[in-house]
Parts: sequence; C-alpha cells; structure tokens
Amino acid sequence: MAEYSILIGGKAGEGINTAGLSIAGLFSRLGYRIYMYFDYPSLIRGGHNFAIIRAADRAIGAHRTPVDVLLAFDRNSIENHRERIHDGTTVIHDASRAAGSEGYGLPLSTILKEEEAPPITGNSAMLGALARVAGIGEDILEDVLRSSVPEKHLPANLRVARRGYDAVEGVFTVEPVDAPALPVLTGNEAAGLGLVHGGLESYVAYPMTPTSNLLHYLAGHAEDLAIKVIHPENEISVILMALGLAYAGERAAVGTSGGGFCLMTEGLSLAGMAEIPVTIVMGQRPGPSTGIPTYTSQTDLHFVLSAGQGEFPRFVVAPGDLEEAYTWSATALMLSWKYQIPSIILTDKTLAEGAYSFDIEALTPHPDLEPVLRDGAGEYRRYAPTESGVSPLAFPGREGAVVKTNSYAHDEAGFTTEDPVVVRELQDKLLRKGESLAAELAAYPTVKTYGARGAGMTVICWGSEKWACIEAAENLGARVVQPLVLSPFPVHAWNETMIGAGDVACVENNATGQLARLLREQGFDPGRSVLKYDGRPFAVDELEARLGEVFA
Amino acid sequence: MTPAKPAGTLISTAANTWCPGCGNFSIQHMMKSAIAELSEEEGIPIENFVLLGGIGCHGKLVDYLNVNSLYGIHGRSIPAATGIRLANPDLKVICHVGDGDIYAEGLDHLIFAAKRNSDITVVVHDNRVYGLTTGQYTPTSPTGFRGRSTPGGITEHPMNPLEVMLAAGATYIARGYTGKIRHLKDLFKEAIMHRGFSFVDVLQICATYFNLTDYYNAHTYELQEGDVETGGFESAFGKIREWDYDRDAPIALGTFYSVKKPIYEEHFPVFAAGRVDRRALVRKVVDGRR
Repeated sequence: MAEYSILIGGKAGEGINTAGLSIAGLFSRLGYRIYMYFDYPSLIRGGHNFAIIRAADRAIGAHRTPVDVLLAFDRNSIENHRERIHDGTTVIHDASRAAGSEGYGLPLSTILKEEEAPPITGNSAMLGALARVAGIGEDILEDVLRSSVPEKHLPANLRVARRGYDAVEGVFTVEPVDAPALPVLTGNEAAGLGLVHGGLESYVAYPMTPTSNLLHYLAGHAEDLAIKVIHPENEISVILMALGLAYAGERAAVGTSGGGFCLMTEGLSLAGMAEIPVTIVMGQRPGPSTGIPTYTSQTDLHFVLSAGQGEFPRFVVAPGDLEEAYTWSATALMLSWKYQIPSIILTDKTLAEGAYSFDIEALTPHPDLEPVLRDGAGEYRRYAPTESGVSPLAFPGREGAVVKTNSYAHDEAGFTTEDPVVVRELQDKLLRKGESLAAELAAYPTVKTYGARGAGMTVICWGSEKWACIEAAENLGARVVQPLVLSPFPVHAWNETMIGAGDVACVENNATGQLARLLREQGFDPGRSVLKYDGRPFAVDELEARLGEVFA
Repeated sequence: MTPAKPAGTLISTAANTWCPGCGNFSIQHMMKSAIAELSEEEGIPIENFVLLGGIGCHGKLVDYLNVNSLYGIHGRSIPAATGIRLANPDLKVICHVGDGDIYAEGLDHLIFAAKRNSDITVVVHDNRVYGLTTGQYTPTSPTGFRGRSTPGGITEHPMNPLEVMLAAGATYIARGYTGKIRHLKDLFKEAIMHRGFSFVDVLQICATYFNLTDYYNAHTYELQEGDVETGGFESAFGKIREWDYDRDAPIALGTFYSVKKPIYEEHFPVFAAGRVDRRALVRKVVDGRR
C-alpha cells in the first residue's frame, strides 16, 4: 500500500484543524483516501494542537505512529512527537519560533512581514513547503488554496504558500492514484447528512464536545438542507422540544455527549412510554463527569443501553466510519418512526471529529421505512393494540383524531390507568415492538466481518476502532468481527458469525471491557480484552503490537 | 373544518379523581368553555387545540378533556409545547402546569419560553402547595408555611412569579382565581388568542392541604380600566408588586401586561411536509465539498 503520514502541530488558535484539512485536500486531489486524527486540549488559545493526516491508495480509517513529514509551528510540535520521527522523516519548522531545530527552517515571521500577510497564512507557507517536499505540483497547491481560502484572503495566501514552496526542496514524490478525488468529511457531518437522508426535518442540540460540530454543521447548512436547527437552554429542553416536534408530526433528532445525555434520560424514558420517536446522536468522550472533554472513549455503551427508568425497547447502533455513520443514521431515524421508539447513534470523538474520505457513490443505503399512520377510519385510539405492538400514528390538527399521548401507564385511548390488566398489556405491547424491531433487523448487516473465516484468530471491535482493527488484523492474518447494532443485540447473527472464531480478542477504548460484558450477558465468550483508556484511539502499529501479544 | 362542538362533549370519559372542592374543577371547566367558545367565535377547529400537562394534580386535567394532549413529565411541558408549535403553526398550544411543577422543577424552561416569546400559553395551577405528594411547600408558599418536609415552617420567602415573568420578557401576564370562574374563562381566552408567550397564574384552592378560600375572597379584586397600563412595563411592574405572595395586601386579578413582539417560531422557515427532496439537497452539499 502506498501511504503517507503528515503531522502538523502548533498552538490552539493557529488553525491546525483547517490546515490539516488543506493537507488532506492535497492528497485527495491525487486520488488518495484520507484519514485525519485531530488532537486538541480543552482550551481556546495556546497549548498544543496537532493533526495527523494519513493518505493511502485504499480505504483507511486510522493513523500510524511514525510520520513522513512533520510540520512544526513551535518546538513542542517536535519534542512531543519524538517517537514519530525516524530516519525518513522530513521536519519543517518555523525558524522564527523553533530556531535550531532539525530539518528545514521557514522564517515565517520574515515571510509574513515581507508579504504583508496575517499570521494565519503561516499555514499556507507550511502547505507550500509540504507540497514541494512531497513532489506535489504547484497547480494542485493553488487549487487547494482556492477552494479553502475566502476570495479576499486568497492573494496573500498564494504569495505565502509560494514562499514556503521555494524555501525547501523535493524529498520524495507522491505518485497520483487512478481514483476520483473524494470529499473529506467528519463523522459528525456524515451522521448529520445521514439523518437528513432518513427524513430529518429538525435538529435540536445544546453544544457539547464531541457533537457540537454536528450542531454547527447542520446550523450552517440549515437552509441548504431545508431543516430547522434549534439550540435551546439545556439538554432537558433539547429532548423535550424534539418530542414536542415529533408529537406534532415532525421528524427530529438531537445530539449530545455523556453529560448532556444524563440530562436527557427522563425525556428518553418519556419517549419510551409515550411512544414518541426521537433519534439521539450520542458522541462519547472520557468520563466520569467532565473527564477529558476533547478526547475519545467508548465508555458509555452500558449507559445508553440501560438509560431511563422502566423497561422499553430502543435501537442502538455504533457506526465505525463515515459510510456506516451515514447509512445507519438514516436507518436509525426511520426505525425510530416505524417503531415509535428512541434510536441512539453511538459515536465517539474519534469518529465524530475525525475526518475521512467519503464516497457517497459507493454507499448502499438501507431500504426506506415508513411509519404506520392512521388510515382515517373510525375513532382514533393512540395506543390501539396490534400484533406488532405498533399503533398507527396521528398528529394533532388532523380532523377527527384526538391524539392523547401519555407518560403515565395508559389505556388504548391514551387515558391514565392503574388497572393491573391494562398495565400489563401496555408493558407487553412495548416489548412486542422490541421483538418486531429485532425481527426486522435480521435482514440488515448488523454484524460485519472483515477477512476470511477460519483464520484461527478473531478480533472483535465496535465503533471507531473498526479501521485500526482491520489493518492490524490483516497484518496478523486475523479476522475482524464488528457488531454494529447493539440493541436489540443481534444474537442470531452473532452466533453465526462467531462459529470457528478460534482465539478471540476484544478491542475497546475503555477500562472495563464494555462490549465484552455485553457479549457475556448474551451468553457469548468475548475472548481476551485489549483495552486503551488514555483518551486516545489506537494507532495501527500500536494495536498490532498489543494484538501480537494476545495471539502469541 | 369540523363544526364547533358544544362544550359538554369536551369532557372525556376518564374518571375524575380530584378531591371534592378542588380548585382544579374550576380551571378544567373554564378551559373547556374557553376552547369551545374560541372554536365557535374564532373558527378554530377543536382539533387545533393541544393541551400539555405536567405532573401533579393539575396534570390530570388533560385526561379529563377530550382534546389533543401530551401528558408529559414533571416541569417539562414548556419545551415540548414550543416543539409542537414549531412543527405546526396552526395549533393553539396550552400548557397546564403546577406551581411546584414549573416554578421549581421547570423554572428554566418557563423563563426561556418567556425570553424567546414562544407562541404558547402557560396556565399555572398555583395552589401554593404540593398536593399529589401530600403537602410540601412550593416556591409560592408563604414564609412560615409548615409542610411535611418543613415541619418547623419555611424560612425562605416566596417568589412572585408575575415579577419573574415580566423580567424574563413574557408578552402577556395575568392572574386569575378559581373562585371567580367567569373572569378566569375570559383570561384564558385572552391568553390563548395572544400572539406570543402568554402566562396566567391561577390562584387555586387546594381543599385538602392549603385552603385559602376565605383569604382570597377577602383580598382579591378585579383590575378595572385605568388600574394598570397593560402596555407599560413600569405600570405593570408596580401593579405586579402590590402583593408579593407573602404579606397581606390587596390581590389584583386580571391582565397586568400585554404587548406585541415578534414570536420565536416565526424566525424559522416553514417547509411544506413531504414536498422537499432533501436527498437531492444532501447530494448537493456533499458535491460542494469536492
């Protein structure tokens, strides 16, 4: 596989994320597939931010430790990454701030002064220098800048990029790949677009990393996508507004992280009892409590599986990349309406804020699903009993239907009851919906595998660890099994998939092995846990070494 | 449009479980009449009314009326009401809430709905005591109130919810009393027809835990023309502060404040349901990123 890894580092506020996406743009234009990991502390100015952009001639979704080019705005960006620098690494640094460092020094303050350019254009100098080092033509460099820099700032950026280009020399040559230039999106963006594909009309959220960018993205494109985007006073209001929208017939989704989801749980339980559809994008980050706000984890699996008082069905899916985030977000929303249940799309910081090449043409969307609506005949009863447990929906404002929706135990018409027989029937109806949902999901790819059966070694993983596992397992000759749907757990599909699994390892970004626990609860052996809980995702090489120990 | 229904048919078949003499009966029947009359006078179809209930004795009202309802959770009716109104601008959305429900558990939502001038109506069943949980103090209980959780009497002062609402930006503020039912019905009609956030604090008798009938009968009076300039903040503020829910003072009933301001919901575009091909829009957005 032809592949390149570039690290760009500096202080918060220097536009490292944007610069990383511009670097991704250089390689995308040459037909490469991109994965970008963005690492930043929870502060606005200062500290140390870095992005690792990995480009390869095939699909990827994880980074590696060593880098080919390191672009450093300051000394920290070199010293913090010693382990990534090897004999073949080209270092380019800002000579005005990291004088005396190895590699090429760009006198950025001099360049900016001479070109009368603002400090942020320093990124363009680095981009220009990278293009030269990597043998990427000036036409491609200019095209990237033209598409990413606003018109009025373009001339200054072009001049500065040219200076960076001229200050270094060619070190290697990135050969173009015969593949289309794909757009690079984040997991948040793919999930948001997937929700719209599934029929989203309104998105409601209160900002919280790592899903704030989903709120920003949809708010920025509300007009383009013909949706409403609402930011109310807190997460309690968020989910209640979404339930109000849905009660009145509008398809709504919300987004949050663990702390916000804590506040949403009473609304979640209301959705379960009152049978109001709602879709929740739950981006995990390390806890407990405030934890490490801008880093990653897979620590809320059991929280989302059991959040909310009482017993009610829910759909939980954990996509592992953009394609899964897009297709399953659409499906999650449609399932929530078909079964009148809460759907939870469980992401994490790695997926939500990581950037990946996105090939919308190559997607196979799941089938469209329609909610069961009142046919207009007879007196409407909101909770009329059916075999599937799903009662036809009607919305207020429609002639002849009085829609009585209730958080209390209720009868068929929606009136509060404490009658033991009616209460039991209501609970049975809720559970029947869960069974109907599980039956429908039998036709979906709820458990995915990569690599040949009979490898004698199986790596289990979920969510954003998918691609690190695929690459590491490939190098080790192991097979990967990824459960996408975690509720209702696809027992049958899992059983089938794990026949002849051989030695099993279960890779997770948490300290206690949450998927392993779920598998044990379902009666399956999760093998040996391979855990990482420092807030960072596995690098491919790091995971390969850990798995090597397990399978030794 | 369905013809307006006589008020009697708006009573549901659900068995009523309020205590004898409960002030909720007055609110229920006056809301029923207000809806029936507005339907007839303004041509609003009955199916365009939506009631929300919180948790407490007040919430049962939504079971007792044959009108669309979302019987929700404690303190959270208001954001759901805004959601409903956002989804369908034709709906008249009315929140029945309790004083514990909305002044304690859900105060944030009340303030923010007023702040954004959400086009909904909030009717507070303010009996100044928790009934369903059997007699604890609420945010409007007077100082010294002895409840089951505060047997020595509370040391804090009650909040004046009208003052809070005026400060928060409510565009319609009124007070009613369950002992003056015709007046109450007129306030409900006025509040429902107000375009913007309308708030009615109803002094409600709790026959079991806090029966203030004699006190209210002795102290309440109906605002007359000229008592308050309802378009003026300062005038309303002064009248609202005449009684602070604590000390003995005349208790004014009626509309204190009523002004027109742009409503929250009108800032969102209304999309014709099912008419927009959003998948084509998604494709366009993705293509724009190439």
